[in-house]
Order: sequence, then structure tokens, then C-alpha cells
Amino acid sequence: MRKAEPGVLGIFARLEPLLEACKRLRREGVQKFQVITPIPVEEVQEILEKPRSSVRLFALIGGMLGMASGFALTIWTSLDIGLISGGKPIISLPAYVVIAFEMTILFGALGTVLGLFWNIRLPRFTLDPFYDPKFSEDHFGLWIPCGALDAPRVEASLRSLGAEEVRFEKG
Amino acid sequence: MTQLTYSRVNRDLIKTMEPPKKNYYLTLAGLVVVVGTGLAAWLYQISVGLGVSGLNHPVGWAVYITNFVFWVGIAHSGTLISAILFLLRCKWRTSVYRAAEAMTVFALMTAGLFPLIHLGRPWLFYWLLPYPDRGLLWPNFRSPLMWDVFAVSTYLTVSVMFFITGLVPDVAAVRDKATGLRKKIYSLLAQGWQGTDNQWRHYSSAYLFLAAFATPLVISVHSVVSWDFAMSIVPGWHSTIFAPYFVAGAIHSGLAMVLTIMIPLRKLMKLEDYVTGKHLENLAKLIIVTGLIVGYSYIAEFFVAWYSQVPYEQAAFQYRAFGDYKVLFWFMVLFNTIAPLFFFAKKFRTSTFWLLAIAIMVNIGMWLERFVIIVGSLAHEFMPFTWGLYRIRLPEVLITIGGFGWFFLLFLIFVKILPVVSITEIKEEIRHEVEEGKP
Repeated sequence: MRKAEPGVLGIFARLEPLLEACKRLRREGVQKFQVITPIPVEEVQEILEKPRSSVRLFALIGGMLGMASGFALTIWTSLDIGLISGGKPIISLPAYVVIAFEMTILFGALGTVLGLFWNIRLPRFTLDPFYDPKFSEDHFGLWIPCGALDAPRVEASLRSLGAEEVRFEKG
Repeated sequence: MTQLTYSRVNRDLIKTMEPPKKNYYLTLAGLVVVVGTGLAAWLYQISVGLGVSGLNHPVGWAVYITNFVFWVGIAHSGTLISAILFLLRCKWRTSVYRAAEAMTVFALMTAGLFPLIHLGRPWLFYWLLPYPDRGLLWPNFRSPLMWDVFAVSTYLTVSVMFFITGLVPDVAAVRDKATGLRKKIYSLLAQGWQGTDNQWRHYSSAYLFLAAFATPLVISVHSVVSWDFAMSIVPGWHSTIFAPYFVAGAIHSGLAMVLTIMIPLRKLMKLEDYVTGKHLENLAKLIIVTGLIVGYSYIAEFFVAWYSQVPYEQAAFQYRAFGDYKVLFWFMVLFNTIAPLFFFAKKFRTSTFWLLAIAIMVNIGMWLERFVIIVGSLAHEFMPFTWGLYRIRLPEVLITIGGFGWFFLLFLIFVKILPVVSITEIKEEIRHEVEEGKP
């Protein structure tokens, strides 16, 4: 298990002050902080300016792999038997399109889920020490990793930004 | 939904998962008996042979295949609501999509049983899978039946993944409220979801892609199922309109099943604030559309038969409307095309009684449609010499009812262990409504 790092957690009851706090952190050049929300918030992503998720790449590769294996499976097995049935060519591509299509979807979706799990390092069976059950209900969190020395300053500024509750986690 | 707050959504929706009352267990026990009876009938059929069913020459496909096509069809509207309406940003989908998606998964789990039940030697079902067997034989990928294996198994896998992915943040919300053993179980299911910005970033992207992958399945799976019939030369089956015709019918029956489930569900679970009359009304409006497409397809089928000047085709359709199964045919027309027209009147769309009544009619009608197409065409093929009549027998009746029992049993278990309405998406919806400042 990863060793938890120390930091300050600010809990916000409303979204707007949280977004303000994020903007301010970005302005001040703080790079490493996490935002915890009960719902996906596009504005957070905009403020953080992180690159687009690489899940789409997994989806694309999965889909292409699926199509290739769909055609490979049907063509190879037909050649392996080499039996003409129904007067059709041994490699009857129009019929194989259906299989290739289904496998494109199947592998694409599998790739997407794999990409999701890979990117967010799930599944994991422990939560971060700063996680508060309120975050899945109606509160928003801002986690700023920092040492014990900086903590009072960070705590004060989070309070001034409207955090309802602020606490230091030793990690 | 603006009067709702986040914590109230949490409370209300997690409340639906509280330990159930006595009636729940009674219903559960009843369904177990129904499923058990069906299972016993199937075991009887396996031990004695397929002869105990009404299947015989010339009608080799009947009630089991009807059930298969019916249940695959039911699945479709769940994906329509959860994936297509998601991509189209239809807001009203939020309240009903979780239940519709669960319906998709359970309907497919029911549908998948019927081809196996239909097999004379069900223990050899794995012959359908492409594996290197001792005889060096491979499945014939030119056969629509093989396409079907791939289409339905892909559909089930993708639906399950889509369903589970959508559940993760909600299960995390349940985890945070649970205690004791429940907390342990839901912690495992939530897989460590915390809702950090990084998790949401990838999650939103993955969800979008899964919706995009599920979307073509709505169109393709029932098309492939319809080709099981359309690729043959049987009069009444050999038709190019079968794919869109079946897809429209699938969504028609599926929407009706969503209504059939949602109306009692929202009453029993006290979800009237979440699944409002507006949602039911929108479903009813969709049923008008699919009902009209289905009605148009019925007419088009008869027109093509007449216009083709092929005597076999004409005879097949004459038989369908005026032959041995004419009663079923006319009930099908009445239930699928005439009954949904009542939804044009607001009075019917807004009355729960009529919504439920017409939805059940559509369900029956769509089951009859599958039956009429499958059995009606096989009974009267080209040569009068080979004509025959199919009559349903007791094991088939019990297995069919058992199939319905199985579906509702799965659903009944689902409503108590997972949130039936998406907690996360309802919260998102509230936020958007507050920001737009409209009621």
C-alpha cells in the first residue's frame, strides 16, 4: 500500500467557494491538490487543466483489436476447415462483418473498462485517510498535501475561502 | 426536482434498500415457486426428451424461440434509455435509466436461457462456441445462428459492464452510509471509489465511451435476431424489412416493460418525487412512436406480399390474418398498434391506471407478434403436404411462466440490494436545474 502523505483537508458545504479556492490555488501555482466531489463537475476539470483522459485510447485500441480478431477468427477457421457450404465462397466476408462488428463493440467496451481501471488504479480496498463519508453525500473536499510546518497557514487560508471544516491529516 | 437537496436524495434513495417487509418475502417466495416449477418442467423435458413439448415437424421453433426473441427485445429499450438518451442529453432519462438498465441485464439473462431450453441436448450448448474441438470442426460463421451467439453474448457483456460502471459512485454513497457487514460488502463493490477529480475525469470519459459502444447494439442485436428468420427462405420470414421492424418492435415492448415495472415500483418504494408523471408520460410518448412504426411495418409486410405477386408469400400472409392463428394475430394488431394510439390523449398518458393497462397490453401484443411470425410461418410453408399445426403443451407453458418469474425474481432482488434510481445523476440533475434557475 502506498504510504499516505500529510496534508490539509478542507470540507466545503457548497460548490462555489470550492471552485474559488481551486482557482486561487492554481493562481498561486500550487500543482498538487485533489478535489473530491459527489458528482462530476466540469468546472473542476476546466480549472485543473489536466489533459484529456486516455480512456479513449484504450477504447480505440480495444475496438480495432476486436475488429481484427473478428475477421481473423472467421477467416482463419473457414480456411482451416476449407469446406464449401451453401455454394458460398470459403471466405464469405459479408457474413463475417457481423461477427467482426460484434467483436469490435465487445473489445472496445472491454478496453474502455480496462482503461478506466488502469487510469484510476481501481480496484483498491482501502480509502485515502483524508476521505470523509460526507463526500459521497453533499459535501465537497479539497485536499492539499503539505508538511506540518505549512499546515497552519494553509488551514487559515482554506477557512477564509469558506471551508466549513478544516483538518490536518498526519498521513 | 429543485425542492430536493443532495442529502435528501441520498436519504430517500438509500432508504429504498432498507430491510424489506413481509410482503416482499411473500412475493419472493411466490416467484421462487414459479421459477422452481419452470425448472422442474425443464428437467422433465431434458429427461424425457423434447417430445414433451409441442415442437414437431413442421413447427420446430415455437414458444421457446418466441420467448427468446421477446426477452431480447425487452432488453433493447433499457439500452435505448441508458445509452442513446444519454448521448442525446435527454434529461428525463436520469430517473428511469438505472431500472431500465437493470431490466436490460435481467431480460438478457432470461433470453439467454431459452435457446438452451430449446436444445434437445442442452449439455452440448458449447458446440456453438469457437473452440478447437477434436474433430477439427469450427462453427459455421455464415450462419445467422452463429451471429446470434456473438450478438447476444456481446450485448450481455457490454450491458453488464455499462450497468456496473454506472453503479460505482452510487455504491460508494451506499457504502458511506452502511454499517457492519453491509459496509464491508459495499466497500468491496465500490472498489475504493472516492470521487476525486482524477477519478471523475476518467470515469466521465469511460462512461461516455461505454454509452457510445452500447448505442449501436440497440440497433444491431435485434437486427441479428431478425436475420435468424430473414436469412431463410420461409414465406413470411424472408423479408428485407425484418431488421428495422424487429428493432422497433423490441423497443416498443421494452418501453412497455419499463412502464410495467416502474409504475408499481415507484409506488412501493415511494419514489414519486423522482419518477414523476412527466417521466411516465415521456415513456408513453415514445411508445406512440414505436407503436406507429410497428403498425406501419405490419401494413408494409402485407403490401409487399401482395405487390410481390409471389403466391407463397401471399398465402403466408393470408394464413397469418385468417388462418389457424387469426385470433392471436388480431389481438396482436389491437394491442400493439391500436392500444398505444390512446396515448395521443393526455388523459391516458397521465393516468397511471391506463399507462399500466396499455403497457401490459403492448407486452402481451409483442409476445403474440413473435409467436405469430414464428409459428404462423413455419406451419404453412410451401407445400400443403407438409403443413402442420402447433399447439402449446404444459411443459412449455410452465417454462414460459417460469421465465417471467425468473426475470421478476432477479428484479425483486435487485431493488433491495442496489439503488434503483441513480443517486449521483439525480444530484447532477439538481445542480443543473438550480443553475438554470428553472423549477
